[in-house]
Amino acid sequence: MAIDMSQFIAVFFDEAAEHLATMESILLKLSLDEPDSEDLNAIFRAAHSIKGGAATFGFTDLAGVTHILENLLDRIRKNELGLRADMIDVFLRSGDVLQDILSAHRDGSTADLDAAKEITSLLEKFANESVAEELLAANTIKNSHDGLLITVAAGESFDHQAIVHALESYGELCSSIEGGAENDWVYQVITQASPQKITDTLAFAIEHSRIRITLPQDMLSGDKPSDGEGYGFFSDDKPVVASASQDGEGYGFFTDIAESAPPPADIEADGEGYGFFEPRPKVLTGAAISSALVQTMEVKVEELEPQAAKSKVTSGAVAKSLAPAADTSIRVSVEKVDQLLNLVGELVITQSMLVQTALNLDPVIHENMLSGVGQLERNTRELQESVMSIRMMPISFVFSRFPRLVRDLAGKLNKKIELKLIGESTELDKGFIEKLSDPLTHLVRNSLDHGIELPDERIAKGKSPTGTLTLRAFHQGGNIVIEVADDGAGLNRERILAKARERDIPVSDSMTDSEVWLLIFEAGFSTAAQVTDVSGRGVGMDVVRRNIQSMGGRIEISSMYGIGSTMSIRLPLTLAILDGMSISVGEEIYLIPLAFIIESLQPRPDEVKTMAGKGRVINVRGEYLPLIALHEIFNVPPKVTQFHEGLVIILEAEGEKVAMFVDDLLGQHQVVVKNLETNYRKVPGVAGATIMGDGHVAFILDVAQLVHISQGLTRAVA
Amino acid sequence: MAKKILTVDDSASIRQMVVFTLKSAGYDVVEASDGNLGVQQAKKTQVDLILTDQNMPGMDGLTLIKTLRATPQYKSTPMLMLTTESSDAMKMQGKTAGATGWLVKPFDPQKLLEVVRKVIG
Repeated sequence: MAIDMSQFIAVFFDEAAEHLATMESILLKLSLDEPDSEDLNAIFRAAHSIKGGAATFGFTDLAGVTHILENLLDRIRKNELGLRADMIDVFLRSGDVLQDILSAHRDGSTADLDAAKEITSLLEKFANESVAEELLAANTIKNSHDGLLITVAAGESFDHQAIVHALESYGELCSSIEGGAENDWVYQVITQASPQKITDTLAFAIEHSRIRITLPQDMLSGDKPSDGEGYGFFSDDKPVVASASQDGEGYGFFTDIAESAPPPADIEADGEGYGFFEPRPKVLTGAAISSALVQTMEVKVEELEPQAAKSKVTSGAVAKSLAPAADTSIRVSVEKVDQLLNLVGELVITQSMLVQTALNLDPVIHENMLSGVGQLERNTRELQESVMSIRMMPISFVFSRFPRLVRDLAGKLNKKIELKLIGESTELDKGFIEKLSDPLTHLVRNSLDHGIELPDERIAKGKSPTGTLTLRAFHQGGNIVIEVADDGAGLNRERILAKARERDIPVSDSMTDSEVWLLIFEAGFSTAAQVTDVSGRGVGMDVVRRNIQSMGGRIEISSMYGIGSTMSIRLPLTLAILDGMSISVGEEIYLIPLAFIIESLQPRPDEVKTMAGKGRVINVRGEYLPLIALHEIFNVPPKVTQFHEGLVIILEAEGEKVAMFVDDLLGQHQVVVKNLETNYRKVPGVAGATIMGDGHVAFILDVAQLVHISQGLTRAVA
Repeated sequence: MAKKILTVDDSASIRQMVVFTLKSAGYDVVEASDGNLGVQQAKKTQVDLILTDQNMPGMDGLTLIKTLRATPQYKSTPMLMLTTESSDAMKMQGKTAGATGWLVKPFDPQKLLEVVRKVIG
């Protein structure tokens, strides 16, 4: 029966990638002094699973590297080998190499074989060091295998290069002779690895029965085989297969493979890869089996027959097969989900249209109709939430790459950095996840490179030598906020201003800090010559801002010189649908995202005042808030001009409260956000547009931007 | 009635392959992704053969075999270890735990079926 393995390979790729990620995250948090045994087990299992899968699916290169890694990890978890810092580095790099090989297989591209070779030899070095220690301790020098002759019996061809590669990973490959259907393949390796180990590795590519490993004791005593011919003779006291060397087949081996050879049973049983215990060995001559590890088998024939008969009886009484315990999931293209989301959006519009129409109906006469509309509303909302949640992913998908990045970068910069991840489970749209990675990486790099000082500098400033970098994600109103905060040097106002003047950007000393910080987003700053903390911050910041803005988000900076900086990225929580309050100004209808609204009130005439330096303010229970009139901002004629005749809505955005004067409050809606920029152009103070139930287009207000505008206005007034 | 086989492995790809292979040969298959779930499955429904991986989170293969062997339900049901570790020590442990036999990974589908046929026909 031929089985198409390709269908399982995709699953294996995902699985292996997951295992690699697990491995990396555990390695990064592993304590060197007291490694948690469960962590060690988990890393080992990850490597082990990758190896098993790789071997099963025929990725010998992957299996080769993982095999050595797994062995090392196994010995570490069994406390046979101490864990060292340099090992973790090499393990992490092995992970990278494996990832590279994996993507190469997945995409059909070429993996960096040199890197693979390098990492294999590093891993092997650790293994050998420990082997050497063990050997020294046990005084069993004779088991040290300096040279091995590996012969693969003539027959079906295999991946010669892969074998050469695998052997090279174990030591120095002195020579190799390619064989064929009639000639044997011969490889000569100087290695510390045991023949068993090499057999295990090779068995991934070649049948066990075809591999013969010989141990030229003479090589230890300096009697090297003649180089270049790829074979050698061994001392007479060792039985050598008669046909060796001279006839050009180029091999020679001992019939006796010393202690390191596989157990006797294994040698006898060709073509199998399994075995049964009890009662006594009985070798079966099964059909030749393809490239799998070959082992013995003993069958429990006598007992098996009645057992089989018995199970026939029992199985009849057993209930139907259960559903698989494995978690079931399907992969769907993002386009399909988007399409679904669009349709739900349209449904939401239709639904709100119905709701609006139904409001005019007599509740007594149309009771059934109205309850139906109510139910539709609930169902629509639930449907929409479900569809939205399909696209939601925890931000840990982005954050997870940073422990490694920070570790590597800190090492490179000789800085001590502690990374804190907060709010990793905060969910956001998958579309953002992918696009966030680059800007965040940029901000993190900047923080490490230019924000956090060198340990000596920090000590001189009275700080702890270890800097802290915090990545935090949280929901705030209708936004998700992602912060990159450091306790480093902070931005230098004077330097930024000087830089701006140098570049002929109009600045004044009276500018507020936040206005100054915005300067580093100017494209001009990015190409500046690197002047430590300031200019470094500007490298590519214009690109970062553009990326964030393209997602409908905003980036803000808060910084204090000598204390640290925080870059906050604000993104809309959802891409498509929002809860809004509709308000009217003159003939126009606007929508305010519900999340920004704190309350609405009808002001008394004496509550609105004009204060020097603050412009128009409103007294809300003793708190004076700047008051902006929407009709002034959008320049539309209002129906009411007296504040006490209209309504004031208290909004909060980015920690700032502001009061907004409007004509009237209409009601709460769930609306589908349509991008204004793609359909028209960017309008200041407007985040997007929507189609109301009655078919009218309404603007969705960008509250945070309105707050900024209002601050500009009040300053102008002042 | 088709023979029922329980396959326990934490690797979804390997498990899928085993399941596919066995099903295409006409066996009934139930799966579990670790030892604990394997024991649960085995207790829920009597199976004719258990194929288990050794290294799994939670409960490993040897413990699974020991646990089930101790129950009257699985006193004499064939249990095979699917393992990458083919060392004598591992075989001894398998034998002590009560395994019927072992099958080394990587295995190919043909060989898997061959072994299964030898055990339960």
